[in-house]
Amino acid sequence: MKVKVVINGITFCEEISPNTTLLEFIKEKAGLTGTKTGCENGECGACTVIMNGKPVRSCIILAAEAHGAIITTVEGLAEKDKLHPLQQSFIRKGAVQCGFCTPGMLMAAKALYDRNPAPSQKDIEEALSGHLCRCTGYKPIKEAIEDAFNSHYN
Amino acid sequence: MSNSYIGKSIPRMESFEKVTGIAKYVHDMALPGMLYAKILTSPHAHARIVSIDKSEAEKLPGVKAVLVGSELPYKLGLYLIDKDILAKGKVRYQGEAVAAVAAESEEIARRAIELIKVEYEPLTPVFDPVEAIQEDAPLVHEDLGSYDYMKGVFNPIAGTNIANHFKLRKGDVEKGFKDSYRIFENEYTMPQVNHVPLETHAVIAEWTKSGRINIYTSAQSPFAVRNLMSIAFKIPHSKIHVRVPYVGGGFGGKAGIHLEPLAACLSKKAGGRPVKIVASREEEFNTIPSRQGLTARIKTGVSEEGRVLAQEIVYYWDAGAYADYGVNIGRASGYSGAGPYEIENVKLDSYTIYTNHPFGTAYRGFGHVEFFWAIERQMDIIARELGIDPYEFRMKNLLKPGSITITGEKIRENTGRVDKCLKTVVEAIEWGEQKTEEEKQEEFKKGKVTGKGFAVLHKAPAMPTFTSCSAIIKFNEDGSVNVVVSGVDYGQGTYTALAQIAAEVLKMPIEKVHMVWECDTDTGPYDWQTVASRFTFMGGNAIIKAAHDAIDQMKEVASAVLRAPKDELEIGNEKIYVKHNPDEFLTYREVAMGYTYPNGNSIGGPIIGRGKYIAQGLTNLDPETGQGLPALDWTYGAHAVEIEVDVRTGELELKKVVSAFDVGKVVNKLLCEGQVVGGVVQGIGTSLYEGFVYTPDGRLLTNSFTDYKIPTSKDIPDVVEPLFVETPQLDGPFGARGVAEHPMISVHAAIGNAIYNAIGVDIMELPITSERIWRAIKEKERRDQRAKTLKG
Repeated sequence: MKVKVVINGITFCEEISPNTTLLEFIKEKAGLTGTKTGCENGECGACTVIMNGKPVRSCIILAAEAHGAIITTVEGLAEKDKLHPLQQSFIRKGAVQCGFCTPGMLMAAKALYDRNPAPSQKDIEEALSGHLCRCTGYKPIKEAIEDAFNSHYN
Repeated sequence: MSNSYIGKSIPRMESFEKVTGIAKYVHDMALPGMLYAKILTSPHAHARIVSIDKSEAEKLPGVKAVLVGSELPYKLGLYLIDKDILAKGKVRYQGEAVAAVAAESEEIARRAIELIKVEYEPLTPVFDPVEAIQEDAPLVHEDLGSYDYMKGVFNPIAGTNIANHFKLRKGDVEKGFKDSYRIFENEYTMPQVNHVPLETHAVIAEWTKSGRINIYTSAQSPFAVRNLMSIAFKIPHSKIHVRVPYVGGGFGGKAGIHLEPLAACLSKKAGGRPVKIVASREEEFNTIPSRQGLTARIKTGVSEEGRVLAQEIVYYWDAGAYADYGVNIGRASGYSGAGPYEIENVKLDSYTIYTNHPFGTAYRGFGHVEFFWAIERQMDIIARELGIDPYEFRMKNLLKPGSITITGEKIRENTGRVDKCLKTVVEAIEWGEQKTEEEKQEEFKKGKVTGKGFAVLHKAPAMPTFTSCSAIIKFNEDGSVNVVVSGVDYGQGTYTALAQIAAEVLKMPIEKVHMVWECDTDTGPYDWQTVASRFTFMGGNAIIKAAHDAIDQMKEVASAVLRAPKDELEIGNEKIYVKHNPDEFLTYREVAMGYTYPNGNSIGGPIIGRGKYIAQGLTNLDPETGQGLPALDWTYGAHAVEIEVDVRTGELELKKVVSAFDVGKVVNKLLCEGQVVGGVVQGIGTSLYEGFVYTPDGRLLTNSFTDYKIPTSKDIPDVVEPLFVETPQLDGPFGARGVAEHPMISVHAAIGNAIYNAIGVDIMELPITSERIWRAIKEKERRDQRAKTLKG
């Protein structure tokens, strides 16, 4: 079957088998390897991308379901050479260690960023609650997100 | 510019790559002509393999190689060589790899796996380490007596399930107990847990027809992978090329060797095409090794004033089906297994025991997370029974300058101060006045009870006496440098700290120091393994030496050009200048590739600094007494916690964790704090949530994130506060020590002690689930009720 998906502003029209997941489509068909595979079960959040404005687990969505969708991955977060405020604050606050959960964390934070300009601590915790990180202990990630909101809106 | 980089909070150098998705992990890689492999695992915990029929799998179009254990005459191991690449003759745990397929796609490989037929004859399994050393216990390895191992260091006992027996004898425990005012005997246990790196193990290997093996792997130790493969396959080291790109977390689980040999053998059978294996999350839990379980029995004799006079300790390690790494965990936990206390009489036996569980390996803390649960709970219990404040009790017994450790090592002024760490955290939680019985009752009635607790810890790098590493600093044409090391930065941030050290010594801007990211055994300098919190210490020292070597080479050239003796030259601001006349100088750039005089004559040549470091003065330990010098350095620490327990549900809320470590010198505060906060939260996982659960026949039930919970963003305390004590380590780079594993150790004991402080119940088993707390509360209520009735 043929599936058309717009990823980071580029249209990918590819022939796929029906059981291809969106994650496989992004990594193998679009060649974007920034999105990570952590559990293939929708439980760790590493594969999170933004699909039509909402954060989704790309490992449990079929590529066919994403036909016609607009998708943003971690590669689409920065504007040319200018990092997104979230990316900048993740660096500044030490929210990145091994980096494997980072793309998923960033996309979850970006989705929050886009829909809620003044999230509470609880909103941030909620947005991250389905994302596992084994390195940072989450604290620097939360701080980075708070910091990005504060520096952007204040 | 003196000391401008040391102590500075510089964000990780590779952060940009990681926040933009540029960083490539093995998971993300593909090579031309690459095949995909899948593994068939055992459904039994212990069974004889009667037959394997792989003919149907081989017939499936797209299948390029099918392998079973009998085709692979290799055994692998670092310390105790006990493991085949695929199970041979019998399976020893549920989840063990039995056969593997390489095919054109993952889907074909998966289908082929389903076509392999294995007939098993179940054997009696053994799961409990204490049962496993009884005389009539089934043997997990009948051939233990014929296995090769590191002689003089380990002590496997043939004809038993004991893969290693570590013995330590100091003083006379019997006399110590005789002199004791009171004696306390307790048992503590903890289950196996998984490392849970977000990136599961992944490898791409090709075994070419020319006889070379090329590997990309998510490993902590590229040279260990190369060395072990060279030994197993009898291939020269120079023909094995191991590369490690970005790695998504390790925590010890990616030390040693894992899927690399299997991928290489599949490639060989498939005619040399590269083969990729990525462990599924289930395989990460169930097939790849985890952390050993522990049953600890401790008997402690104390004087009336609260001095520990004698301690008899037995550690029964549940090593699981293989113990290559487990033997060293048993050893390391043996020589430091009484905690950072000065005790005159100690008898310690640490048994690494085979069982039919998935096997154990290194995990952040290397045994210390496990045994400190026992040691630090025991100390609190004793203090309370003696009516001594647990802080005062510890202070009476902690190691201080002048103390002798249980292996006979003398603690010196610069060894580090555990007492200062403890004082720091105890003050931070305002430990002192205790609640009165009435106040406690009042809280209890309200349903939520608060408590405070603390615990200390120590750990030295657990490594062979000959552990070494090296570094190369290559100058580039523009006077910048590339620093090449072969320890892996899989998230710790070591490379950033090392760049700070290089920039500091070379007196050049850190922006001009490039850490070469991909480790490569063909071109990189040797490093034993990235484990044991030793990389900043040893790698840092190697880099300091490499920098001095490069400076010396530059001075050699400058001496000729500036017509000044070498010892009258100084460096600074990327220049070599004459001490008394700084206007006479050459820039690094001018000498980096050799200096050229105006007439064209040239001298010098490319500047390449070389540095090395080997652990000094370490000794093998006496096999009967465990006496000797096992420790490169000791990092000490302490945690203190504040908790609240809901007495109706047993639910525990961690309000505050304060942790202090004597790191010698903070090289990078941001990174040190990152290690501490991350380690504490991992320690919270071990304390409250994590543990393998099995069916009675040994099938792992907790092999996914549905059933195995690690802390999430909602589970962390409001306050996690990292603090540092700085007692410089004389032989550490700028005085620094490692602090990678330590933050995870003893978090559980601090929580366990706080639970007693809050509600008066002792939890002896991990994890401290709400159910365990609730049951303990109910049990206490029954006991109190009985006591009242008897009184009445």
